[in-house]
Amino acid sequence: MEYLPNICFAIALVIGIGYFAKNVKKLIRNINLGREVDLSDHKGQRWRNMALIALGQSKMVRRPVAGILHIIVYLGFIIINIEILEIIIDGLFGTHRIALKILPRSIYGFLIGFFEVLAILVFVAVIVFWIRRNMIKLQRFWKSEMTSWPKNDANYILYFEMVLMTLFLIMNATDIQFQELGSGNSISQFVAMGFSNLSDGTLHIIERSAWWLHILGIFGFLNYLYFSKHLHILLAFPNVFYAKLTPKGQFNNLEAVTREVKLMMDPNVDPFAAPIPDSEADIPAKFGASDVQDLSWVQLLNAYTCTECGRCTGECPANQTGKKLSPRKIMMDTRDRLEEVGKNIDSHKGEFKDDGKQLLDDYITREELWACTTCNACVEACPVGIDPLSIIVDMRRYLVMEQSAAPVELNNMMTNIENNGAPWPYNQMDRLNWKNE
Amino acid sequence: MSDGLKVPTMADYVAQGKQPEVLFWVGCAGSFDDRAKKITKALVKLLDKAKVEFAVLGTEESCTGDPAKRAGNEFLFQMQAVTNIELLNAYKIKTIVTACPHCFNTIKNEYPELGGRYHVMHHTQFLKTLLDEGRLTIEGGIYKGRRITFHDPCYLGRANSVYEAPRNLIEKLEAELVEMKSCKRNGLCCGAGGAQMFKEAEKGNKEVNIERTEQALDTKSEIIATGCPFCNTMMTDGVKAKEKEKIHVMDLAELIANAQDL
Repeated sequence: MEYLPNICFAIALVIGIGYFAKNVKKLIRNINLGREVDLSDHKGQRWRNMALIALGQSKMVRRPVAGILHIIVYLGFIIINIEILEIIIDGLFGTHRIALKILPRSIYGFLIGFFEVLAILVFVAVIVFWIRRNMIKLQRFWKSEMTSWPKNDANYILYFEMVLMTLFLIMNATDIQFQELGSGNSISQFVAMGFSNLSDGTLHIIERSAWWLHILGIFGFLNYLYFSKHLHILLAFPNVFYAKLTPKGQFNNLEAVTREVKLMMDPNVDPFAAPIPDSEADIPAKFGASDVQDLSWVQLLNAYTCTECGRCTGECPANQTGKKLSPRKIMMDTRDRLEEVGKNIDSHKGEFKDDGKQLLDDYITREELWACTTCNACVEACPVGIDPLSIIVDMRRYLVMEQSAAPVELNNMMTNIENNGAPWPYNQMDRLNWKNE
Repeated sequence: MSDGLKVPTMADYVAQGKQPEVLFWVGCAGSFDDRAKKITKALVKLLDKAKVEFAVLGTEESCTGDPAKRAGNEFLFQMQAVTNIELLNAYKIKTIVTACPHCFNTIKNEYPELGGRYHVMHHTQFLKTLLDEGRLTIEGGIYKGRRITFHDPCYLGRANSVYEAPRNLIEKLEAELVEMKSCKRNGLCCGAGGAQMFKEAEKGNKEVNIERTEQALDTKSEIIATGCPFCNTMMTDGVKAKEKEKIHVMDLAELIANAQDL
C-alpha cells in the first residue's frame, strides 16, 4: 500500500497524456483533410516570424492593455509550468520537492519565489480579463457569434487558471518544510498566515489535497484544450510559422485554372485532341471551396488556432457597419464544420459519409461572403497570423466558378470585362478618349 | 489645355524604334470615369513637366482582372492577365507606373507567376522619386500650412505596405498632414474593394464610405487626399452625403499638379 500514491499518480499521468495524445492525433488527421499546399519555403523568415509574433507576442501588444495582461498570463503559464517537472518526478517516485536535493537552496528559493510572484500576477490578470468580458462587456466579446458555448468556454478557461494559481499558492503555503525554508515563499508566506492556527496534521492534508488537485487540474486543462478555443497556446506557433509571407494583397493564382487558360490560349493545341490520360487527375474536382475538405490544410490549421478574440471582427469594415460578415465567425464555422466532418469519419470507420451538409450555406451564408471588401483588416489584426480572407475568397470562387451564383451586378461587371475589357460597358476603342476631352 | 496633352502610345514608340522610360498603366477608372480622368490628366502633365518619356497602351489596354479575381472569377482574371502579359512582354515593358492601387497590386503581385515580371510603381512612389531626383520641384506652396488628411487605399497600404510615399508627398507640399483615427496599417476601407464598387452593399446599419468619411471629417481637414480612383469616388460620395462639399477629395497627383500650377 506504500506505493499507492505513486501508482495513482502514474495512472493519472498516463491517462492525462494518453487521452491528450489521442486527441492530438485526431487534430492532425482533421487538419490533413485539407488540400495539400507546399510551405517548405523561406524557412529562415518563418522561424523569425514565429520567434517574433508567436513567442515574442509582437502583434498582441498593438492593443496595449489586453497585450500586456496577455503577456503576463502567457509568461506565467510557460514559466510556472517548469515546476511541473518537479511535481511529476515527486509524484512518480514519492519524493518531496526533489529539486531541493539537486539545486542549492538559494536558487531553488529564487525559482519558486519567482513562480509565486508570477502566479499572483496571473491571478490578477485573469480577474481583469474576466471583468473585461463579463462586466465591462467589451463589444467584441458580445457579437452575435459569441453564443453560449464560446462565451462559456472563455470563462471556463479563466476559472481554470484562477483555480490552478490558487492551488499552487495554497500548496506552497501549507507546506511546513517549505515555509520553514524561508526562501522562495515570496507570496505564499502571506497566504500561510490564513492557515496559521491549523495543526500540522491538517496543514499536511490541505497541502496534499492542493498538490493533487493542482496536478490533476493541469492534466484536466491539458485535455480540455482540444475541445476549446484555448488550443491557440499550442497551435499559435505552427500557425504563425506557416502564415502567408507574400504581400497581403497577393491572392494565390489557381494552378488548375492556369493550365486550362494556357491550353485555351495556345494556338498549337489541337482542340479536337483526345485528353491526355493523366491530365484529368491534376484538375481538381471543384474550383474554390464549398466545404472544409476543399480548403488547404493551413486554412484548417487557422481554424483550430483561432482563439476567438475578435480583433479581426472589430476591425472589419463590413462588421463595423452592421453587415452579417464577421471574420471570426468564418473561422469558428470552419472549425465547427471540420469537427463535424471528423466525427462523421470516426463513426463511419474512417470514411466520410455524405451528411447532406457543407460549410457553405449550412454554416457560412452567401450574404456574409459577399459583404467582404477584401481589405485585409482582419488579416492585419490577427495576432497569430490567421487569414480569414483566403477562406472567403475560396468560397466566392466556388460560388462564381461552380455555381455561377454571383450577385447580378457582379455578373454584369464580369460580362463587361469579358466583352470590352473594362468593368463598365465602355468600348475598349474609347480608352484613350480622355486625352482629347 | 485639352489638345495640348501629348500622350504617346506604345505603338507610337515602337514605330519610332524607341522604348519609353515607363509605361503609364491608366486603368479602367482612369480611362472612363469622369472624376478619375482628371487624375489621369494631372499625372500626364506631371510626367510631361518632369520630362519623363512615358507611353500608354491606349486602346490596347484592358482590365487587369482585379475585380473579377476578388469576386471569385479566377478564370476571367487569368484570361485578362495572360492577354495583358502577352502584350506587355511583346512590348518588352520593364517599368510600369499606375495611379490605381488595384492595378498596381495585381500587376506587381499576381502577374509574375503567370509570366509577367515588371518593376511596378504606384504613382505616389514614382512622383516621390521624381521630386527626390529633382526632376520635379514644388514651387509656390499653395497648400502650405493647409490641413490635409490622407486616406490609405487598402490595396496600396495594408496590401503592399506603401504608407510613406503618399505622406512624403503631402510633406513636400508643406501642408499639415493630419492622421485619421484609423490610419496606415489600421486604415479603414472606403468600402469599394473586393468588387464591392460594382454592387450594392449587403444589409447593414451604415455604409462603409460614410463611416470612413466621418473619420476624415473628424480631422477638420480642408482636403481629403487619396491615391485611388475608387477611394476617391467613395469619399466624394461620402462628403456629399454629409453635405460637406467644401471639403475636397483630391488625388495626390492633382495636388502636386495644382502646386505646379499645371
